[in-house]
Amino acid sequence: MVMVPEVISQWFAGRGWEIHSHQREMLARAEEPATLLIAPTGGGKTMAGFLPTLAELALDPKPGLHTLYVSPLKALAADIKRNLTTPVEEMGLALRIEDRTGDTSATQKKRQRVDPPHILLTTPESLALLTSYEDAPRIFAGLKRVVVDEIHALAESKRGDQLFLALARLQRLCPDLRRVGLSATVEDPPAIARLLARHPDRCEIVEADPGPAPDISMLVTEERPPWAGGGAAYSIPAVLEQVRRHKTTLIFHNTRAQAEIFFHNLWLANDEGLPIGIHHGSLDRAQRQRVEAAMVRGELRAIVCTGTLDLGIDWGDVDLIIQIGAPKNVKRLVQRIGRANHRYNAPSKAILVPANRFEVVECVAALEAVQAGALDGDPRGPGPRDVLCQQILITACSGPFDADALYAEVITSGPFASLTRPEFDACLDFCATGGYALAAYDRWQRLLQRPDGLWQLRDPRAAARIRMNIGTIQDTDTLKVRLRRNRGGKPLGEIEEGFAASLTPGDTFLIGGQVVRYEGLWEMTVEVTRRADKKPKIATFMGTKFATSTQLSARILDMFAQERWPQLPAHTAEWLALQREVSRLPERGRLLIESFPHDGREHVCVYGFAGRNAQQTLGLLLTKRMEEMGLAPMGFVATDYATLIWGLDALTDPAPLFDRAALRDGLETWLAGNAVMKRTFKASATIAGLIERNTGGQKKSGRQATFSSDILYDTLLKYDPDHLMMQITREEARRGLVDFGRIEEMLDRVGHRVDHLRLERITPLAAPLLLEIGKVPVAGAADERLLAEEAARLLDTAGIVDLAPGG
Amino acid sequence: MNTCQITLAGAELLALGSGALWWPDKSLLCVSDLHFGKSERIARRGGAVLPPYDTRDTLNRLAADLLATGAKTVVCLGDSFDDLDAAAGLAEEERLWLVRLQAGRRWVWIEGNHDPGPVALGGTHLAELPLPPVTFRHIARPGASGEISGHYHPKAQVKTRARTISRPAFLVDKDRIVMPAYGTYTGGLRSHDAVLTTLMRREALAILTGPQPQAVPMPR
Repeated sequence: MVMVPEVISQWFAGRGWEIHSHQREMLARAEEPATLLIAPTGGGKTMAGFLPTLAELALDPKPGLHTLYVSPLKALAADIKRNLTTPVEEMGLALRIEDRTGDTSATQKKRQRVDPPHILLTTPESLALLTSYEDAPRIFAGLKRVVVDEIHALAESKRGDQLFLALARLQRLCPDLRRVGLSATVEDPPAIARLLARHPDRCEIVEADPGPAPDISMLVTEERPPWAGGGAAYSIPAVLEQVRRHKTTLIFHNTRAQAEIFFHNLWLANDEGLPIGIHHGSLDRAQRQRVEAAMVRGELRAIVCTGTLDLGIDWGDVDLIIQIGAPKNVKRLVQRIGRANHRYNAPSKAILVPANRFEVVECVAALEAVQAGALDGDPRGPGPRDVLCQQILITACSGPFDADALYAEVITSGPFASLTRPEFDACLDFCATGGYALAAYDRWQRLLQRPDGLWQLRDPRAAARIRMNIGTIQDTDTLKVRLRRNRGGKPLGEIEEGFAASLTPGDTFLIGGQVVRYEGLWEMTVEVTRRADKKPKIATFMGTKFATSTQLSARILDMFAQERWPQLPAHTAEWLALQREVSRLPERGRLLIESFPHDGREHVCVYGFAGRNAQQTLGLLLTKRMEEMGLAPMGFVATDYATLIWGLDALTDPAPLFDRAALRDGLETWLAGNAVMKRTFKASATIAGLIERNTGGQKKSGRQATFSSDILYDTLLKYDPDHLMMQITREEARRGLVDFGRIEEMLDRVGHRVDHLRLERITPLAAPLLLEIGKVPVAGAADERLLAEEAARLLDTAGIVDLAPGG
Repeated sequence: MNTCQITLAGAELLALGSGALWWPDKSLLCVSDLHFGKSERIARRGGAVLPPYDTRDTLNRLAADLLATGAKTVVCLGDSFDDLDAAAGLAEEERLWLVRLQAGRRWVWIEGNHDPGPVALGGTHLAELPLPPVTFRHIARPGASGEISGHYHPKAQVKTRARTISRPAFLVDKDRIVMPAYGTYTGGLRSHDAVLTTLMRREALAILTGPQPQAVPMPR
C-alpha cells in the first residue's frame, strides 16, 4: 500500500472520487528512474503523472524546481496550469505552478531563471532554450522529476529527439532525475519506453484500463459522395444534423485547406446560426485564442479543426468526433476518437465521413481495422543528426564543453543510443568548421578547441543567434495576411509564400472561413479585402499529410479483389465497377498504369498503393526518367494509392520506365536537383544551423534578398556531395519523404506484371488525383518550352514584336 | 551559345544565358555583382559557415563564358568582392585562377558599393567606364542613357500557362541595361519593386537567364 498524504486522499474523498488504480500504481512507482503510463483520454492521466509530485511536495514543500512538465503544445501547458492549480489550491498546498513558453513575457522568464517555481510547465523548444543558458545548472538544481505529456505525439517527430537530448543534459545536471511519460494508446509501448528512459536503464510500463470500445460508424447520407475532391460538401446537411443532436462536436480534417472549405460551406448552410468555430495552425494567434476561450466557456456547438487539436487539451464536454476524409492511419484515428467524452468508462462516439468515393473504401477498411483492434505504426529510425548538430551548438551556448563527456551524454538518449563516435565527431566538426572537404574557415571557425581541450564559441555573441534558431518545427515560408485598412488592418493568418506569389490582384481565396480578395503585397504582408463571393480560389495550405499505412493499403487492395462489394454503399460499389469496366482495378500482385490526355496535357497514372511518401518518390524517379526520354514532364502529384504525372508528351511504352535496374540506378542518382530533396535539405540545414530562420522581426531587405537555400544545395551537390548535410538529407529522404522500403516492397509484389492501358480520357479512379494539393513541379525542358511560348505570346499581345530582340 | 540580342544606343549586344553581357564588336564581356568571398564574409561576422565553394563556382562559370566568347576585354561591373577584406582573403588557388583568367586580356574592375577602394589584384580600377556609345557603371543614374549597370540583382517572374517561373534577368529599355547578379551566392530583387519600375521605362523588357534567354515585357 502506498502512502498517500492525507491532504490528497481527503481531496479525492471530498469530491466522491476514488484514486484510479493506475494513479495508485504511478504513486507506488514514484521512485523508479523511468515510468511510462499508457492511458486513454479522460483517464486522469495528467493527475497520475503529477500525483507523486504533489505527494512529495505536500510532505516537503521546500523552494526550488521540483518537477518539469513538457508538452508538445503551448496551449496544453497553459491548460494544465489551470487544471492543476485548482486541486492544488483546494488541497491547501502552497506551491508555485508556472508555465514557460514562447508566449511568456520576458520579465516573467527572467524571474523564473532567478527563482524557479516548484512546477514548471513548458515545451521542448523552451526547455532546449533554458538548457542553453550559462546558469542552467543553477536553474535546474534540485530538479526531481520530469513529466513528458503526449509522449506518443512527440516521439513521432524531431521535437521528441530534441527533447530526449535535453533530458540527457538534465540528467547530467541532476543525476537522480526521475522520468515519467504519459501516452495515448500506441501499438508498441516498449519502443516509446526506450526513448523515455536513460539508455540503457529499464523503464516500467503502466497500462490503464483502456475503457469500453468506441462507438464508431461511417456517415451514411442520401447524397452520394462526389467522384473526387476533399471538401465533403455533400455531407454538410448530415453533419449539421449531427451537430444539432450533440452537445459539442469536433470536426477533424486532414488538411487546413479542407478545413477552410468545409467551414465556409458549413456556414453557408447554417440557417439556424449554430455557434461553430474554426481552429488550425495557419490562423492568427489571437483568432485561435478567441476560439479556444469560447470553446472552454462552452459557447461553441462545433469546432472545425485540423491536427492542431489532436492533443489532450480539455475543451470541455466533447461528445462527438467527426472525421472528415479518410483517416489514413488506424492508430491516429483511435487516438482522435479518444478525444470525445472525457468521462471515464463511457464509450467515445465517432463518425467517419468519406470525402469522396475512394475514401469510402478507405473508411470501411479503417473501420474493419479498428474493430479488429489492429493498430499500425512504422518503426522509428535512429536519432537524426541535424538535431544533434543543434544540440552541440546549444551546449556550446551554455559554456565550454568536453567532447568526450558530451558524446557520453548524447548516447544515454534513447534515439541516439547507437550513435557512433565518428558520427558524433562529424557533427562536431560540422558545427566547428562547417566540415567541408575544402578547409576554408580556419580563421573563422564557429567553435574553437581551447588549449585545455574544451570546445567553445569563437565569438560569444554567436550565442544569441544560435538561441534564436532553436527548435525543429519546420515553418514553410509564409506571409501574413491582413485586411487592408489604413496600414495594418486585422491580421487573419498566414499563407504560403508560393501561393501568395501566384495571386494577382482580384483573385479570391479562403482564410479563417471568409472569402477575401487579394489586393496586393505591402512590406511582405498580403493585403486583402472582404468579399461576399461564394466561390473562392483555394489557399494551398500545406497542412500535415500522413501516408496511409501499409496495413490499410493492403486492406484496400484486398477489397478491390472482391467480385462484388456488399460492405460498401451502392454508389461506391458502382464506381469501382465502372472503373473495372472502362479500365481495370489495381491488384495486389500487378502494377496498373493508365495514360490519357486531359486538359491539354498528357497524363500517366501509376497505382502503386505504396503510401503517399513512396508514391512521391516514384514520382521523382519516373519524372527524371521521362525527362531523359524527352517526354517533358512538368510535375506530379502523389496520393497514398497512386502517382499522377503530367507533361507535354504522351507515354507510349512504360517498360523502360519500370525497368528495375533503371529505377534502382535512379535512386542512387535521383538526388540531383529536385524540389523535394531541396525542401528536405532546407529543413535539415535550418535545424543544423547552416541556414538561419527568418525570424518575424527581420524583414528581407528589398535589394539582394537572402539567396535561397536551393543555391546552397546545388553548390554542395556539385562540389562536396558527401558533405554531412548531404548525408543527412539523404537519410531524411529515405526516412520521411522517400520511403524506399515501400517501393521495393511494391516492386517485389508486382515483379514483371505491369499493365499499361492507353485510354482516351481520365478514368474514375484517376480523377481525384487532379484535385490533390501538394503538386511537385519538375524543372526541365518543359520550362524552356513554356517560357518560349509565353514570351512569344506576351510580346505579341503587347504589340511590341518589332522591338523584340532577335534570337 | 544561346543568346538574346539587345541594341543599346546603337551598340549591338548579346545577353547570355549565364547572366553575362557580350559585345562582339569590342570583344568585351561584362559581368556584374560577382560577390567573391561572400561565404567567407558571413563566417567572419559570426554567421553560418556556408559551403565555401561560391567563389570557385562563380569562377567556373566565368571561365566557361570567356572560353566561349574569347573576350579581349572583361568588365566587372562592381560588387565584385563582397567587401575589401574578402578581396584580401581570397584563397591562393582562387587568386591564381583569377590571374590566369586575366592573362592576355584587358580587365576592368568598376567600383561598387561593396568594394569601393582599389584591390590588390591585376586590372584597371575605375569608378565608371565610358566606352561610347555606352557607359559602364555600378549603380544606374536616373536620366542617363546608353548606360549598363548592375547593383540591383534584378529577377523577373513570368506566369506561364502551367506555372510561375522566376529567374535572374536583364532589364532593358532604350536608355539602359540593368544586369543580373553573376555571383553564385546572390539573391534577387523582383522587377515589380518600385525602385526598378521607377527606373525602367514603361516598355522595358526583362530577359530571363537560363539555358535559352527569353525576353518578356518587364513584369511590374
